[in-house]
Amino acid sequence: MAIDASEIQKVAHLARLSIDDSQVEATANTISSILELVDQMQSVNTDNVEPMAHPLDATQRLREDVVSEVNNREQLQSCAPAVEDGLFLVPKVIE
Amino acid sequence: MTWETVIGLEIHVQLATKTKIFSGASTAFGAEPNTQACAVDLGLPGVLPVVNEEAINKAIMFGLGIDAEINKVNVFERKNYFYPDLPKGYQTTQLEKPIVGAGNVEITLKDGSSKTVRIHHAHLEEDAGKSLHEDYHGMSGIDLNRAGTPLIEIVTEPDMRNAEEAVVFAKKLHSIVTTLGICDGEMSQGSMRFDVNVSVRPKGQEALGIRTETKNLNSFKFMEAAILKEVERQIDVIEDGGKIIQETRLYNGDTGEARSMRSKEEANDYRYFPCPDLLPIVIEDSRLKKLRAEMPEMPDAKKARFVSEFGLNEVDAEILSGDQATARFFETTAKSSGDAKLASNWVLGEVLKSLNANGTAISESPVSAEMLAGLIARIKDNTISGKIAKQVFEALWNGEGKDADAVIEKKGLKQVTDTGAIETMIDEVLAANAQQVENYRSAPPEKRGKMIGFFVGQAMKASKGKANPGMVNQILKKKLDG
Repeated sequence: MAIDASEIQKVAHLARLSIDDSQVEATANTISSILELVDQMQSVNTDNVEPMAHPLDATQRLREDVVSEVNNREQLQSCAPAVEDGLFLVPKVIE
Repeated sequence: MTWETVIGLEIHVQLATKTKIFSGASTAFGAEPNTQACAVDLGLPGVLPVVNEEAINKAIMFGLGIDAEINKVNVFERKNYFYPDLPKGYQTTQLEKPIVGAGNVEITLKDGSSKTVRIHHAHLEEDAGKSLHEDYHGMSGIDLNRAGTPLIEIVTEPDMRNAEEAVVFAKKLHSIVTTLGICDGEMSQGSMRFDVNVSVRPKGQEALGIRTETKNLNSFKFMEAAILKEVERQIDVIEDGGKIIQETRLYNGDTGEARSMRSKEEANDYRYFPCPDLLPIVIEDSRLKKLRAEMPEMPDAKKARFVSEFGLNEVDAEILSGDQATARFFETTAKSSGDAKLASNWVLGEVLKSLNANGTAISESPVSAEMLAGLIARIKDNTISGKIAKQVFEALWNGEGKDADAVIEKKGLKQVTDTGAIETMIDEVLAANAQQVENYRSAPPEKRGKMIGFFVGQAMKASKGKANPGMVNQILKKKLDG
């Protein structure tokens, strides 16, 4: 399966990645070759094989419902570009 | 043309856990902005989620409460999109293997008929933060306290046919989750939020019409209004020769206005994939067994028991079993007063009326179930009449005494049942109204029944409502008819 330039641009936009126009073609080629490898793997017969949700053959451990985190707002907001009244400020998002 | 409405709901229910689904930060409502958003909730580099056992348990309890299949192997997926109240850039949710499979909810409509609404599934996910659009120098403010709060999203089949059915179903679901104790049910705080999918089709047509989704309705009233408005809009559009566009809409409950929410082109391209940070969660039989043993009596079972044990009618039993606190209040009153009928009348009457008028929760009622039972006991033993009882109730509500006996004593409301005293009073009333007595005696017997009401009223007034009404009636009749 090959992927073309317009799809690369669409996926890049969805992932908020900036790809220089001059790089789009090369990126499409690289990703297409990865997808070709996937195609090769698809030819293996996987009847009766359960799909894996995770490469590790283990199950999730659960946590007790007990508050363990204290208010650490000051430190956590120290790397934010803009803060006011305890809020993170971001470019206006209302639609 | 006759149109048929088709409604399906998606309901976000905040699970009543102490901490977030993937972090140990508190979920308490109303904290200062961002004081309950830890590094995991903020999606800072290097953090890892750890699943809250209680969120899993509460989701399972919902499944058990609606007789649904519980998926033994649970996988969390990433739903990728960018919005500032979602700091990780993806929502951790479930897609392929939701924790709760198909189930059923029975609803009883106003006309007494019942209906089954099928639940497609319910999955676990995390809530997002909140965007505040007041003007911060042309920017938006973000509070991430809510980010990571555990939710179950319940998805129904499109089984409802009008706004009433949708509202009755929503109330039933509210009753189920609060009875289970998995959600606090505080809709004004966003603990339960409804997305309504509405379409219309010509009556008799099988194929569904194009639907729209109105998001984030947080009251039953708004939900009903939003559905009615949207149905009307869709019919207007189609009858004017237009087409319904599949879109997301917003309804403003305060202004009653609805509008289309501009949807982004790639809005539905979420590129789900299994979350590599979380291993599959396997639900052991031992956990199911333990939770099954802890299940409370569900509203349907409680309603049936109220009918069989207390002799209530279906309608009263439905309301009284609707939420845990009301059911408990009624049951305590019925048991300690020994009169379920009076208990039901009082809870459905004065108690709910006063609570509604004051916007008070039944758990905060100034008149407790025990106090009400004490009051009912005094009606039963004829210490007070039903009418005086309302005065006593009001006094208790206003904190004018610790129990009915204290109020009756303090206000001297004890019913007069002494025949001599009532006779004296009636004699005075008759003497003061000689003309009316004359009229009564000259009236034909069939008219007298109505006319006696005047004397009963005067006598009750003279006794300040304290005379036993039955005795007043009896003595008056004897004296007037001779």
